[in-house]
Amino acid sequence: MLLQIKNLHAGINGKEILRGVNLEVNKGEVHAIMGPNGTGKSTLASVIAGREVFDVTAGEILYKGKNLEALSIEDRAREGIFLGFQYPVEIPGVSITNFLRTAVNEIRKFKGLDPLPGGDFLRLMEEKKRLVEITSNLTNRSVNEGFSGGEKKKNEIFQMAMLEPMLAILDETDSGLDIDALRIVANGVNKLRRPDNAFVVITHYQRLLDYIVPDFVHVLFEGKIVKSGGKELAIELEEKGYDWIKKEQEA
Amino acid sequence: MQTEHNEIISKARLIGLFEKNRKLLVRNDTKFLAVKRDKAFASFVELGFPDTSLEAWSLTDLEECLARGYDYHLHPMKEMDIQKVFRCNIPHLDTAVIGQLNGWYVSKDVPLMKLGNGIIMGSLAEARKTYPQLIEKYYGTMADDMAEGLTALNTAFAQDGVFIYVPDHVKSPRPVQLINVIHHGENLFLQPRNLIVVGANAKLSLVHCDDSYNHQASFSNIVTEVHVGAHGVLDHYKLQNLNNESTLVSSVYFRLEEAANLESHYISLNGGMLRNNIRLLFNGPHGNANIYGIYLMDGRQHVDNQVFVDHAHPGCTSHEMFKGILDEHAHAIFNGHVLVRRDAVKTDARQTNKNILLTDTARVNSKPFLEIYNDDVKCSHGSTTGQLDTESMFYMRQRGIGEDTARMLLMFAFADEIVSKIAIPQLRQRIEDMVKKRLQGELQICEQCVLHCSSPEHPVEFQIDMSKILA
Repeated sequence: MLLQIKNLHAGINGKEILRGVNLEVNKGEVHAIMGPNGTGKSTLASVIAGREVFDVTAGEILYKGKNLEALSIEDRAREGIFLGFQYPVEIPGVSITNFLRTAVNEIRKFKGLDPLPGGDFLRLMEEKKRLVEITSNLTNRSVNEGFSGGEKKKNEIFQMAMLEPMLAILDETDSGLDIDALRIVANGVNKLRRPDNAFVVITHYQRLLDYIVPDFVHVLFEGKIVKSGGKELAIELEEKGYDWIKKEQEA
Repeated sequence: MQTEHNEIISKARLIGLFEKNRKLLVRNDTKFLAVKRDKAFASFVELGFPDTSLEAWSLTDLEECLARGYDYHLHPMKEMDIQKVFRCNIPHLDTAVIGQLNGWYVSKDVPLMKLGNGIIMGSLAEARKTYPQLIEKYYGTMADDMAEGLTALNTAFAQDGVFIYVPDHVKSPRPVQLINVIHHGENLFLQPRNLIVVGANAKLSLVHCDDSYNHQASFSNIVTEVHVGAHGVLDHYKLQNLNNESTLVSSVYFRLEEAANLESHYISLNGGMLRNNIRLLFNGPHGNANIYGIYLMDGRQHVDNQVFVDHAHPGCTSHEMFKGILDEHAHAIFNGHVLVRRDAVKTDARQTNKNILLTDTARVNSKPFLEIYNDDVKCSHGSTTGQLDTESMFYMRQRGIGEDTARMLLMFAFADEIVSKIAIPQLRQRIEDMVKKRLQGELQICEQCVLHCSSPEHPVEFQIDMSKILA
């Protein structure tokens, strides 16, 4: 099992957001997490990534069988956890090339590998750029600076392709995308699917799941996964909205 | 008495020193210059050293710095062999090098040279003797002895420094590098005086480095006057890498004639107490000045940048951008003052100051200020001070970049907005390296930045490469 979340409680500034999340993800699987706004989807993603502003108050996250609690943000990343940001951060003055070369080589160092030679690195960049249909020389620009919404999201998938994570969590990668960008992002993800990795796709709408077909769909509501099913659950949610889930919970 | 040892610097001591040595000081002065000197002395007697009761000095207190004992030399020090080379080890940086040691021009036997294209460079003391008319035309016409006590003091005592003259229509084929090194066994008080004249339609790149090579305390009161003639171009770099015991008050007076162009870069990497007085006068219409600054301070280092730009004529543009990273107990001050006079219509003036504080104990006082007397202008100013962005830190670490590396990348990116403006590629690369090392805490004052040097503990021989000088 790649990821096992047991009874996870977490919050920020004393306010509890996750109230007992349970989730199991195996290699080769794609999970979708859906749910209304403000139910803790992004918090769950951040907590798995190790973001320090959130406090885990109970429960645990096991990744490859190991408790993540003591691992820093960067060590989780180096172990293969990737978070695609809902709002990718602009970093003026740091070129994408420099940024990714640093990331790739720090991950290699962690694994006891030598830095990737410059030529090999540039070839890798070109190959992965094609995967997400980046044609401009985006890579000479500062990370996300002045990018359109679509470019930012494509850049997230490009980075994921470069870093080849074991577990990729995509936090509302579809938000703000037009249909062409959505297709490119989804294609990128589909090409990166392998039997030994897994994806957790957080989304508000079913639309993305037409392109990235999930094995499991979970509904996160008020800090808990209240319903799980196959891809048909997403279609049901699309048709009925979230109100019936709310009513079920209240009942 | 020609050398005064290790005494507290006070107004009384300097008045005494001047009166005792006036004959020596005016020895090579023309009548005109002697009068200027005496007037400056009278002004110093009146003004004395600046103290914190003056608004412009309210946050920079020199008292403690002055109270350390210093030697004052009225003759060049002969203890070092200066026959060899000041060598700059920036690879492939082709500059004409001018050396100053403890405020005195360093040369083998050519104190002043005139190149084939008419460029004159060398010792200011020598130039006073050789080109008195040229000196009288420019010397003391920019520096304001009546307003600043320290400038008056410099003028009263000025003996040597560097003189560079680029005649009208001459474009200096390569950058001139002015290296001002402090190296002495005792604490030193020094007052170099420089005069740079870029003629009409002429062009010069000037790299001006202030370095110290041991851990001895020093107090430098440097005055530099810079004239850029009509349509002239000056690309100016001021590099400061001094030990923590150094006090440096550098006053640079720029005068830009019609449509003259100035790019000035202040790069402060180290220094105990650094004060940059930057005063710029647009003395004709359509001038353009970009003044950039980056300061990286830690420990108890103190840096104070005071920038005054006088838009006295229409259609001039001035852009100031100063950025700083402050660690530990460092303190930075930025005071920008842009004066737009009544007739200076179509002025475009911008001031920006941005700071990153790495600790709770680091401090910044930032005051960009516009004083505008007409309404047909485009002026803006802004100041920000904050910590490293936590969102960016999380983003970078999530990609596997370690916390220290992520912090470095962010700081370097912040500094690079200034460093990337350096127009000489080899110099830019070297400054990038130095900034990286500085941010990693690896840059020593003996870092091989501009000179060959082993370590500050080893005796260093200062050497002049005559082949470079005799271009």
